[in-house]
Amino acid sequence: MAGPLLTKHLGQPDRERLETYLGTGGYQAAATALRELRPEQIADMVEASGLRGRGGAGFPTGRKWKLTPKREGEVRYLVVNADEGEPGTFKDRTLLEQDPHQMLEGVLIAAYANQVHRAYVYLRGEFFTAFERLDRALGEATARGYFGKNILGTGFDLDVVIHRGAGAYICGEETALLESLEGRRGFPRLKPPYYPAVRGLYNQPTVLNNVETLAHIPHIIGLGVEGYRSYGPPILYSVSGHVTRPGVKELPIGTPLREIIFEHAGGLRPGRTFKAMFPGGSSSAILTAEHLDTPADFEPLAKLGSMLGSSAIIVMDDTACIPAVIRRTVHFYRDESCGKCTPCREGTVWVSQILDRILGGGGRPDDLDLLDGIARNMTGTCFCPLGESVPPSLRASLKYFRAEFEHHIRTGACDLAAGEGQVVAAAGIPGAEG
Amino acid sequence: MAPVLSAAGLAEIARLRGLYAHPQSALLPALHLAQGEVGYLSPAAMRDVADALGLPLTEVMAVATFYSMFHTERLGRHEIRVCTNLSCHLNGGDRILDHLCSRLGIRPGGTTPDGRVTVEPVECLAACEEAPVMLVDTERRARVTPGAIDELVGRLR
Repeated sequence: MAGPLLTKHLGQPDRERLETYLGTGGYQAAATALRELRPEQIADMVEASGLRGRGGAGFPTGRKWKLTPKREGEVRYLVVNADEGEPGTFKDRTLLEQDPHQMLEGVLIAAYANQVHRAYVYLRGEFFTAFERLDRALGEATARGYFGKNILGTGFDLDVVIHRGAGAYICGEETALLESLEGRRGFPRLKPPYYPAVRGLYNQPTVLNNVETLAHIPHIIGLGVEGYRSYGPPILYSVSGHVTRPGVKELPIGTPLREIIFEHAGGLRPGRTFKAMFPGGSSSAILTAEHLDTPADFEPLAKLGSMLGSSAIIVMDDTACIPAVIRRTVHFYRDESCGKCTPCREGTVWVSQILDRILGGGGRPDDLDLLDGIARNMTGTCFCPLGESVPPSLRASLKYFRAEFEHHIRTGACDLAAGEGQVVAAAGIPGAEG
Repeated sequence: MAPVLSAAGLAEIARLRGLYAHPQSALLPALHLAQGEVGYLSPAAMRDVADALGLPLTEVMAVATFYSMFHTERLGRHEIRVCTNLSCHLNGGDRILDHLCSRLGIRPGGTTPDGRVTVEPVECLAACEEAPVMLVDTERRARVTPGAIDELVGRLR
């Protein structure tokens, strides 16, 4: 493997300054694209690269671009999903804070490839530092002619607007994001029949791409398809939880989970044993030690009933109480449910109540069947992926860690040695009763 | 009624309108601006935003109350957001929230009686490699310890 590509310059001082970025060959790929390539050629290259959307759904990026109608005289938009919020995922924030121009160059190339003249970066409201750096980077790049009118003398125009969100996980869902960008509550839109590529922002064709997805684009153009693919092709894994070296790990896609966790993320703390992991954020089904040799890639994880998702690997050692972990994630989906559809709005509350009962010492023998029944009834019935994110982990935890739930129900207590998170987990949210 | 937002603020909202094909798209940026000026989204501040964008007040309120970063009640001078989601939960984030609240004598979501600090439990701040994390106003703090909380509580004015 040829070393890091997307993360090569992370940590370089003043990386958000245009001069710094230009000093390492920045915006050369965009210059090549705008001056020497036709838009269709770029879409062909991106399709041939095999790049799949890095927001979680994994739709092939080149295909998405080609599905976007290019009718003469019709307004099209590019919208960047920078609303990273899937628990455990932090690669986009890292890219925005530590190398904002890299994504902006991807925006420029994507806009040219789709003949878009206005792009919006929907940036998570809590990303204060990322906003500052991205805003500064965009300002300098615009002042130097990389954005705005007649870019690099090619006659191509592109205006980029940074639009801050205001705290709502649901807005990471692409249609809820568009609603929010139109100034409304973040309620998802019905799809099919119309996907954002066909009817997106203001009902116009809209290319919607994730931050990391766009950060790959300059490298595909700069190195060519084969050169880019020789890097793996690369992907960013966010590794966190009970590991000694958490962080963003750029590796060839399909690196085994064991290697990512034990080699690249430093493994577990001394004396601890591996218990469980979420391989793709808290919306992916929880897996166990027996799955550690699985390649962290789309198909192998889907075969296990889990998913690569946003490639956020959350590791749990033997101090983690799985019922408490599942309750924490269910509370999250309950609190972030927009309330539009019944299975999500009600289901997340019911599941929360039952898990609260079990962890509070009042669990009933038939509670696990009840949980499984609710999970089955939520599967395939929720309006958008938010509600659909609850059943996979809940059901996987009932399958792999059933004994832990049963122990809580039988004894009213946790049987684990009190470890980090354990004491408080058993007592509920601290201070809530005070 | 005279506006509560400054002339500069209203001019900025007018500029924001121009960035979008539909004026309502400027609603979130305008609410961020209004909250920054007034300290929270008072009824008068929301009325000014509604007038500036030509929207019904009910629509502005509906949007303002949907998003967790918008507040329709006055906050403390400092806002501390503590992540309690999974990676922080696994690394003692709940204990950090508990310690902070007990040092300040308030419940999560509450404001100290002197109006100094508001503490909010928040969802994943996308900084899990630094768990447990929190935001002190706009600044992120990594690998927070009880000692760091004590130092912070003593220093914030």
